[in-house]
Amino acid sequence: MTAVPKTAAAPTAINVPEDEALPPPQTPFRRFVSDFVESPLAVLGLIVFTIVLLIAVLAPYLSPQNPYDLMQLDIMNGKLPPGSQDMYGEMTFILGTDDQGRDLLSGIFYGLRISLFVGVASAFISLVIGAGVGLFAAYAGGRWDSFLMRIVDIQLSFPAILIALILLAVLGQGIDKIIVALVVTQWAYYARTVRGSALIERSKEYIEAAHCLGLGTKRIIFGHLLPNCMPPLIVVVTMRVAYAVMLEATLSFLGMGLPITEPSLGLLISNGFEYMLSGKYWISFFPGLALLITIVSINLVGDHMRDILNPRLQR
Amino acid sequence: MLVFLIRRTSQSVLVLLIMSLLVFVGVYAIGNPVDILISPEADQAEIERVIQSLGLDRPIWEQYWIFLVHAVQGDLGNSFVYNQPALQLILERMPATLELAFAAIIISIVLGIPLGMIAGLRPDAWYSRMIMSVSILGFSLPTFWVGLMMIMVFAVMIGWLPASGRGDTVDLFGVPVSFLTWDGLQHLLLPAINLGLFKISLVIRLTRAGMRENLLMDYVKFAYAKGLSSSRVIFLHVLKNILVPIVTVVGLELGNVIAFAVVTESIFAWPGMGKLLIDSIGLLDRPIVVAYLLITVLMFIIINLVVDILYSVLDPRVRLGEMKS
Amino acid sequence: MNQQTPTLKVENLRTHFFTKMGVVKAVDDVSFTVGRGEVLGLVGESGSGKSVTGFSVLGLVDPPGRIVEGSIAFNGQELTSLPEKRWRDIRGSKIAMIFQDPMMTLNPVLRIDTQMIEAIRAHDSSISKEEGYQRCRDALGQVGIPSPEERLKSYPHQFSGGMRQRVAIAIALLNKPDLIIADEPTTALDVTIQAQILYEAQKLCRETGTALIWITHDLTVVAGLADRICVMYAGKLVEQGHIDDVLDAPLHPYTRGLIGSVPSRNKRGAALYQIPGMTPSLIKLPPGCAFRDRCERAQAKCREEPVITHPEPDRAVRCFFPHLGESL
Repeated sequence: MTAVPKTAAAPTAINVPEDEALPPPQTPFRRFVSDFVESPLAVLGLIVFTIVLLIAVLAPYLSPQNPYDLMQLDIMNGKLPPGSQDMYGEMTFILGTDDQGRDLLSGIFYGLRISLFVGVASAFISLVIGAGVGLFAAYAGGRWDSFLMRIVDIQLSFPAILIALILLAVLGQGIDKIIVALVVTQWAYYARTVRGSALIERSKEYIEAAHCLGLGTKRIIFGHLLPNCMPPLIVVVTMRVAYAVMLEATLSFLGMGLPITEPSLGLLISNGFEYMLSGKYWISFFPGLALLITIVSINLVGDHMRDILNPRLQR
Repeated sequence: MLVFLIRRTSQSVLVLLIMSLLVFVGVYAIGNPVDILISPEADQAEIERVIQSLGLDRPIWEQYWIFLVHAVQGDLGNSFVYNQPALQLILERMPATLELAFAAIIISIVLGIPLGMIAGLRPDAWYSRMIMSVSILGFSLPTFWVGLMMIMVFAVMIGWLPASGRGDTVDLFGVPVSFLTWDGLQHLLLPAINLGLFKISLVIRLTRAGMRENLLMDYVKFAYAKGLSSSRVIFLHVLKNILVPIVTVVGLELGNVIAFAVVTESIFAWPGMGKLLIDSIGLLDRPIVVAYLLITVLMFIIINLVVDILYSVLDPRVRLGEMKS
Repeated sequence: MNQQTPTLKVENLRTHFFTKMGVVKAVDDVSFTVGRGEVLGLVGESGSGKSVTGFSVLGLVDPPGRIVEGSIAFNGQELTSLPEKRWRDIRGSKIAMIFQDPMMTLNPVLRIDTQMIEAIRAHDSSISKEEGYQRCRDALGQVGIPSPEERLKSYPHQFSGGMRQRVAIAIALLNKPDLIIADEPTTALDVTIQAQILYEAQKLCRETGTALIWITHDLTVVAGLADRICVMYAGKLVEQGHIDDVLDAPLHPYTRGLIGSVPSRNKRGAALYQIPGMTPSLIKLPPGCAFRDRCERAQAKCREEPVITHPEPDRAVRCFFPHLGESL
């Protein structure tokens, strides 16, 4: 038998040069951006959400009227259809007025402000609490882990709306109270997400290596575990903000959320409910439309991000 | 199976006990019912008498103990407002809520599974993308607002369907149901669609994800290699596999649907237990709130049990005895 | 059937995948024949296109892939132009396939009897339930599964991996096919079970005249089983011939490297040969011989496309500089 050459001889004759230049190395962020713009719907969602956010922030400057200033309201202007002029012919109610004579467009702008504030604030607080609990559970493991996750499971097996309803019945109305209620119903989602991805990361070799190198617990948690939980966490945050906005509106609609002096979108819709059967649709319709556009835009962004960031669907 | 049932039952009793304590203490903090129950003109002696008759003068732990003893005997207290047993009031309204919830679930399954299968079979086709985009709309729609709009369009503007109430009912095994009379069915349609809307999107997404995952599996290719038609592969082999997660999730969602019925019932004036709950919170009718919550917890426990059993029926790999609960 | 007509004759088959990243030429100009009772070993690394070749013969290439060129003649009948319905009639009745991972090929939520009887009834709906059951029991017995009666009522998860593969083989045998394509059916199994299954496969071909294509990356399996061997590299057929000829005197440098990298008694203690470099990506494969970057005989000419030559009767090689007259 002829011996097959043992040495891994370098190709002798030719060393084919790369015919085509490789594309420039992509950073994860660039890749994310290029994947993101691939879906026109998601881009549209992002644009719409940015506009909604700007409106919410700039509401005092954009609104034709301050809907909270009772002095500016005139009950005689109540329930005017869209496009009506006020009694003195001074301003036009583009979207009509509600039963108090409040300009609906201004009411919606201010309502968006409250709704988004409640949604984002509750999501942020839940995120901090949930991520803390999740990281701790994943890092501590053992009994702590099973105890905390048992609480999360029990919490998640109860519908958010029921918990929030009962809490608000106990606490009463108010922005702070509804944020508390939303945090109580939402933190568990974040805890579960963070714990899940932290556990996966923790089992990877580089974390063990970091342990062996004697890196401090803090460094490992905040330098390694947390950053790797980010992709799923971002998706959960967007979807949860949308859900929180919707839940707040629902609770306000049921009369359990915000007081009548700070009308959120849900309350505006609720106010129009009784007049709808007499054909005065606009009082409920337009605030609902604003709510819908807000939630859809957030969800379009979140849904596409989930597709991009999901490693199982990576093509 | 027997061991499984016994273990589950004892766990359930523990959960119920803890929940009853939480609920009782929580609800105890809701307002002061005396303010509502007694006319403002009543004198101090009368107020004292009412407080005593309701047992509100005793310490909370004693009230809880009395409540617990009564609860075991099936007595969850009398409604402050209606002066009837709370349990009875809720049980009277439960069939309406359950009918609504099941109708919503059925609608979401009947629409969601076929749409999800279409979207999963050809994920890149334009109609699949459309289904998915619309399904985003589906879980973005605020239920209560859609309900209002449905009333406006179908009841006020076109006048096809009634806006509120349950319509005529007939007794089925002694339980009044709406869906067997034409009038009742008309009343059921709008609220059921309203409540089911959110879940249609969920079922579409679950089905699509299941289809995409399963179609890549070797067993599908092997089934095709046996010379089976695509309809048999998809409707038997794949569907039976994706039904496992769908049944689990939809079953567990039933609890959510019952909870969300609170909203739909309020809008459509559907005389179910959700509407009773909202009214009772407004009226500070504590016993009703407590009874509602406990019954809901019990229903969740039963739903979970049924889902677990169904799961083991659909997926032969799961054996009840070995299951964690 | 005419003795002269081979069971399967594949000519210039090209199966390409049209992906977002570019065209992947998974199978690119592959030709071979398999006669009655013959065992053909189709050898190559993972990603060399051997499995796609198997799926192409069954018409089961998943989109975005499709057969772009070539002919697949089965018992003289051209398959590539066949409408889907007719191709389906052949699938599972005349040509059967066995897959690599027995844990994944059986549907986990359907009973074995359901999965077996549907394979019979898909091709002959007139068969009675009792007759169908009898055939299932026979097939299970044939592959050495004890008490087939009870086993029929079981679910796949109640079987071990080796048993499941036997069930899969039994399903493949149900309709007495003329050709079985086995895609690495023993890779996931223990060595002892592998040996049993190999023995049974060989026995089957000799007894029934069934042709067998055995797809594998494992030369030692093919050495003991196959009559002929096809070696694939990067979607192309690089060498073909009688098993003994190829193993004794491989013509293509790649085949040589492959044989050299198998541990054997004769070379105990000697360092095993490693083919330098990596399997090339099939996307944007530069023209010319795909092996040239790893080949020590490569020259400038190798940047041109090599064609199949027949340096000896009944042998084929795709190389400008084959190892002619050099035995191992």
